[in-house]
Formats: sequence, C-alpha cells, structure tokens
Amino acid sequence: MAIRLADYEEIVGREVIQEMHVLAERVKSRRLQNINSTPVGGGVAEILTRMIPLLRELGIEATWDVIKGDQAFFNVTKAFHNALHGKKEDVTDEMLEVFRATTEANLREMNISGDIVLVHDPQPAGLVDRKREIGRQWIWRCHIDVSAPDARVWEFLRPYVEQYDAAIFSMPDFAQRLPISQYMVAPSIDPLADKNVELTPAFITQVLEKYHLNPERPIITQISRFDRLKDPLGVIAAYKMVKRRHDCQLVLAGGGASDDPEGEEVLREVEQQAADDRDIHILLLPPFSDLEINALVRGSTVVFQKSIKEGFGLTVSEALWKRKPVIGGAVGGIKLQVINGVTGFLVHSPEGAAKRLVQLLGDRTLRARLGDNGYQHVKQNFLLTRHVKDYMLVMLALDHPVEDIVHLG
Amino acid sequence: MNHTEPFVFYTERRLVALTGQQASNLGQLLGNLHDVPGSSIFYHTHHMYLSHHFETPAFSNDFALWVSEALQEGALGEKLAAIDLLSFTSIRELREAIVATIEQQIGEDGRRLRECPPGDELHFCRSKSFIMPTGLIARDPKEFFEVLPKVTNVSLFFHFFEARLRLGRPTNDFSQWLAWRGEEILAKSIDALDPYSMTLDEFKERIIALSGNRG
Repeated sequence: MAIRLADYEEIVGREVIQEMHVLAERVKSRRLQNINSTPVGGGVAEILTRMIPLLRELGIEATWDVIKGDQAFFNVTKAFHNALHGKKEDVTDEMLEVFRATTEANLREMNISGDIVLVHDPQPAGLVDRKREIGRQWIWRCHIDVSAPDARVWEFLRPYVEQYDAAIFSMPDFAQRLPISQYMVAPSIDPLADKNVELTPAFITQVLEKYHLNPERPIITQISRFDRLKDPLGVIAAYKMVKRRHDCQLVLAGGGASDDPEGEEVLREVEQQAADDRDIHILLLPPFSDLEINALVRGSTVVFQKSIKEGFGLTVSEALWKRKPVIGGAVGGIKLQVINGVTGFLVHSPEGAAKRLVQLLGDRTLRARLGDNGYQHVKQNFLLTRHVKDYMLVMLALDHPVEDIVHLG
Repeated sequence: MNHTEPFVFYTERRLVALTGQQASNLGQLLGNLHDVPGSSIFYHTHHMYLSHHFETPAFSNDFALWVSEALQEGALGEKLAAIDLLSFTSIRELREAIVATIEQQIGEDGRRLRECPPGDELHFCRSKSFIMPTGLIARDPKEFFEVLPKVTNVSLFFHFFEARLRLGRPTNDFSQWLAWRGEEILAKSIDALDPYSMTLDEFKERIIALSGNRG
C-alpha cells in the first residue's frame, strides 16, 4: 500500500505536514524532473522512490527519469565515484571520452520536461549541456562525499557543475569553491521504512534469540560493512577492555557478500579476534534484512559507529531514532548527528570508546536521556519530511539567489 | 509593524547555504570573519538554537566550539563563548566583537598559529531565511497572550533572534509591540529574559508565565 503524507503526520506532527503544504503552494506551479542513473538499488533510488509520491501528493508535478549507459560507462562512473571520494584511480582520456559520448547519447534521447531539472550525482551531470539550448532551472544534487576529491576528476566535472543554477551537498565539508549557489541538504531516514518502523517487543526478542543473543544481558551493536574505515577491530578492542569487568555481548552486523577483497581480509581478521569469545556475534546478513537490522538495533543497549572516515553515516540517525545512545567516531557526518554528551559520545580511539561504554552501561538514566535527545534530534533534522521540505526551499531559492532574507507575503 | 496595527506573527523557513570558505587556523578564521556575509555570522552563532531545541543550551556558538575543540585553544574558546549575544542589535557589531576577541588573543600570546587536525576545518555556512506570515494575529495584548501558546518555536526564533539582529530592530518584536500598546512593564520583563540560556519551549513558557502578572 502506498505511503501517504498522513502516515507521517502521526510521527512528525500536524504542524510539519501543514508547513510542507504551505511551501508546496509556492512551488507547485513548476514541474520538477529528477534524473539519476539507476531505478533501483542504492541510496538515491531509495530516496526518490519514497519522495516522488510525497511530492506529488503535495501537488508538485514530480517525475523521475533514468539515464542509459553500458557497462563501460558505469565502470567509468564507478571510478569517478571512488576518485571523488579521494581514492587514487587511474582515470584515462578514453574514460573521459566514454563519459562524454554517453552523455551525448542520453541528451539525444531524453526529454527534458521539467521546469526545474534536479540531476542526482555525477553520472548524469553532463546533461546540463542542454541548458544553453532550452534554458530551465538546473540543480545538481551531489549525494557523495567530495570533501577531498581527486583533482583530475573534479576539474573534469567542474565545467558541467558550473553551468547549474545551484548545487546541493550533504554536508558543509563537501562545499566547493564554485560561482553558483550552494546549499546544504542533509540526507534523511524514512521512519516508515522497514529499517526504522516500530516493532513489537516479541519480534525483537525473536530476532535476538535467532542470533543467540540473550535479551536479558546488555547488547552493544555496530551495523556496518566489514571495512577498515568502519573500524570493526577497534570496536572489538573497546569491547574487550570493557568486558573484563562488565558483562555485555557484542554484535557486528553487516552485509555478507562483498566484491571487495579488502573487505574479505577485514572480515577474516574480525573473525580471528572474535574466535575465543562466544559473546561476540559476527552476523553476515543477506540483502533485505532490514527488519532484522531494525530489531537488532532496538534490542541493543548502546550502538557504536566507530568509523575512522565517514561520509554521512546515516546508521547513526537510524540508531538515534530508536532512542539508542551512540558512541561514534568524531569524523564526517557523525559529528552532525552525535552531539557530544547530548545524543551520545564522540570518540577518537578504542580507549575513548571503552571509557564511554563503561559510563553508559552503568547509568540507565544517562542512556535514557541521550536516547530521548537523539530521537528528538533526528525528528527535527534527519527525517524524510525535512528532506522534502528542503528540496522545496531550494526550488524557492532558485528565484532568490542573492537575498539572505526573502519575504514571502 | 507600527503603533496601530495588530501584531502579525511571522515564521521562517531556513535553508543552509554554503560559502565554500573554510578555516584551519586562527589566521584563516579571522580572514573569513572579515569577509563572510552577515548571514554567515548569524548562522554560526544561532543555528543551534533551532536545530538542538530539545536541551537547555550547554553549547555555545560554532566559533567558540571550533576554537576549543579543533584548535585546542581553551582560553580563547571560553572568551568567544562568553560573548553576550543579547548585547548586540546588529550583526555588524557582533562580527566586530568576535574579531576583536580573536585579535586580542593572537596579539597577547603571539604564538605560531596552531592548525586543526585534517577533517576538522570550520566550513562557513549562511542562513537563507524565507519569512512568511503564520496566519495568527493579535489585535490587543489580551488576544496576543491567547494566541501565544499556538505560536511555534520557529516563529519565536524569528521575532526574538532574526528580527533584532538581522532586521536591525532595537528590541524583540514582542516587547516593542506590547510597549506601544501601553504594556511597558511587561515589555521590559520580556526584554529582560535571556532566550539564549534556555530552550525555545522553556522560553515560551516563561513569556506566558509573565503574562499572568498583568494587571
């Protein structure tokens, strides 16, 4: 059954939904065309699948088109993606040519129907070349971490990006020196998605027991890929320091299958570290395990996201939404979600994480306070409804690129 | 707003704009503080009051926080945190006070400027505010306080923080209008409250409680 705005009203309150209607009144005369590179899979498609029906319910004619490309093109854009993340990639002239040729092929085929064209991520970014011919208002929505991009790829993309009327980034750290308006729109979680919906205590217990966890004893959880940057070994080190004197169980849950050889190696090391401790549970969950992940977090006492490098790290908001205090690495978007001492604790080392874990395990009142604050923080700042509202504000901002205070009568 | 008109409650929708400017040491912080737009100074001294509305502010402005945590300059961080935002009626004055505090500290200790760890740079944002009427109005003080419980935190934020600092009004909008309507004592009592020391929910409750003292 389709999810409607009214379903969110129960969660975010009437006032927020009304506010969305007020904004929609001011922008609904314009068609909003979204363009990305994939209809399913990945965060962008997931957000658009949820967001387009809400925009339409608000009266905005929102559409969604997907560019076409062959394997060679997507290999190039994967390399771009890695390079923009700061990873060393060998980007050749031939690869740039593949990008240009695919962009041109899409330009010939795609009907640009929107009054506002919202282009997501680098893959379709070149479509803006059409602007010279047909005008319209163009926004580039960059979902990826470009805080330290590879210069060659960024300089290749820059002439495209500079043709847009505005760019949207997920964090202040991703902003660039650009001659166009730049806005920050943080990503969001959907409170009605399987990963976040309310669950019955019976279901939570059932999932915990399925994975041989004892619901009566404290559970510490980190949900993430087995990737060095998520520091699963640091989490185990912190747990072991605490475990000497405090009873607890540790869950490290992430996707099983991985085409990343380094991921396999990290997983092996994690398994070695956990081999002599029956209270460490390494869970390799298959795709579509969202309800189980949800239950594992809801059944936890404290949640870790001890990353060493992080883009935004929405797993933090997912845990805060479930009123769990989060011990997070003081990096990337985790710093926007974990307000130190208010919604959780920011740490820089396994020792720091262990110290905070002891503090939280021993203080139920503190856990409850941080958990309540975390829930409020996410409700105010990181839910899908806020994301939709921000897009409408960006649509409004296109007509007021210069003013800092815009009076709407 | 003038002496005879009813009080119109406004609200705002805020979008965070990015400047692309950043600082990794005190020198760069100062340089940027001189030339970022006023809306950036406003953002970094006020955004937390709206986005972290649920807890009594233990935090301070972004500049103080960044200087203390990223640069480990505790003394300067405390001085920046102690800047009394209520004592300014324009962003220009506030900007000058922040700049003067940093310049004084640099002049005093003359040490080499410390760099923040990579990834901890301060990124300058701006507030882009869209102001619109809420549909709530009050024709007299009695009606004003009847309507007040329905006024949102964002509306309160606009009439107390935005209106005073960014629109250059001498006091908050509530006090000004109430004074025009002969409620000088109440206007002064509201003006004497420190909205920076409590959550917006608490602040609203305090204003409503003050109205109970009306003659």
